[in-house]
Amino acid sequence: MPQFDPTFFSSQLFWLYVTFILLYVLLSIFAMPKIGGVLEERQRKIDDNLDKAAQLKAEAETAIAVYEKALADSRAEAHQLLRSSGEALAKQAEARQKELGERLADQIKAGEARIVAAKDQALAQVRDVASDVAKMAAAKLTGITLDDAKVGLAVTSAMQERR
Amino acid sequence: MASPVEQFKIEPLVPLDIGGVNISFTNSALLMVVSVCLVTTFLTLSVRGRALIPGRWQSMAEVLYEFTANMIRDNVGSQGRKYFPFIFTLFMFVLFGNLLGMIPFSFTYTSHIIVTFGLAIVVFVGVTIIGFMHHGLGYLRMFFPHGAPLATALILVPIELISYCSRPFSLAIRLFANMTVGHIILQVMAGFVISLGAFYVLPGIVPMAFLGGITVLEFGIALLQAYVFTILSCIYLHDAIHMH
Repeated sequence: MPQFDPTFFSSQLFWLYVTFILLYVLLSIFAMPKIGGVLEERQRKIDDNLDKAAQLKAEAETAIAVYEKALADSRAEAHQLLRSSGEALAKQAEARQKELGERLADQIKAGEARIVAAKDQALAQVRDVASDVAKMAAAKLTGITLDDAKVGLAVTSAMQERR
Repeated sequence: MASPVEQFKIEPLVPLDIGGVNISFTNSALLMVVSVCLVTTFLTLSVRGRALIPGRWQSMAEVLYEFTANMIRDNVGSQGRKYFPFIFTLFMFVLFGNLLGMIPFSFTYTSHIIVTFGLAIVVFVGVTIIGFMHHGLGYLRMFFPHGAPLATALILVPIELISYCSRPFSLAIRLFANMTVGHIILQVMAGFVISLGAFYVLPGIVPMAFLGGITVLEFGIALLQAYVFTILSCIYLHDAIHMH
């Protein structure tokens, strides 16, 4: 096998170390800093973007919190307004009803008084008429002129009996 | 038909001699230079755009870079960062040596034991120096496991010593043997295709199918062996820095 022929061992080792050292130097100077730089830059950019995303997320969350608070506040306010106006309306309605009731009661009372008055008047007229009729009937039938006071008394008692 | 080991023959392209030492520029040296040029060009040009979203070439360069970086982080730890350029160079040098060897009629410098041993001995010597730098003479405890009874030292120390010193050989022979055997199989199989196919087309198809499969396998082995060589170097480095 040519691998075990020592003729070119020295040449092989010499060129191996020359090329290896050359490659080491070339890679250390040119290639590796470049690749490392690209990778580092990408990592930094990714981290930056992640930071920015986190910041935006926090901002969005604050905005949401503010919005929700405003919503809750206005809801509470609306509720309060609804309740207070409802109460006011109920009070007003009650007051009006009471007033109406009072007025109706007054009117009823007045009506009743008028009825009583009319009845008394009517009854008084009936007695007068009855006394006149009784007096005239007595005069016509018996020819006796009765005393007004006596006839009135008799008619009144009769009416009281009939009632 | 050429012998299956003909492909490993070293041809001097420019004969050179310094003080009686043969340093001829050979086909093997040519492939090493080609691999240095390709690796440097590939890794430099691919990231020239510095694209935030990488294209195909930049992705490949980044994957190789991060793969090696992760390998060191997982196997050596944070103290291994210093040795990243060396490990990365080692990985790329072996990987491209293996892959360039898959081009027909080219040359596989990693199929030469002296080359793989040259790399392995650098790892071995380097790791040993790093071990002594980190632990001073305490690094010698490496050869005597913690908690073992003192009486067993007579047996354990020679065993540990032998196992430690055989590392560069196992490292070198593993890569060399894998590459050599793979290429011999490819050569033999290709010889069958030609010699059988010369008579009838049909019998030539069988070794041709084998050849296709083995070529795919060899590409896998080229990647795998470069990875194995590198990760074993990382593990040795870990042992030197953290001991057992």
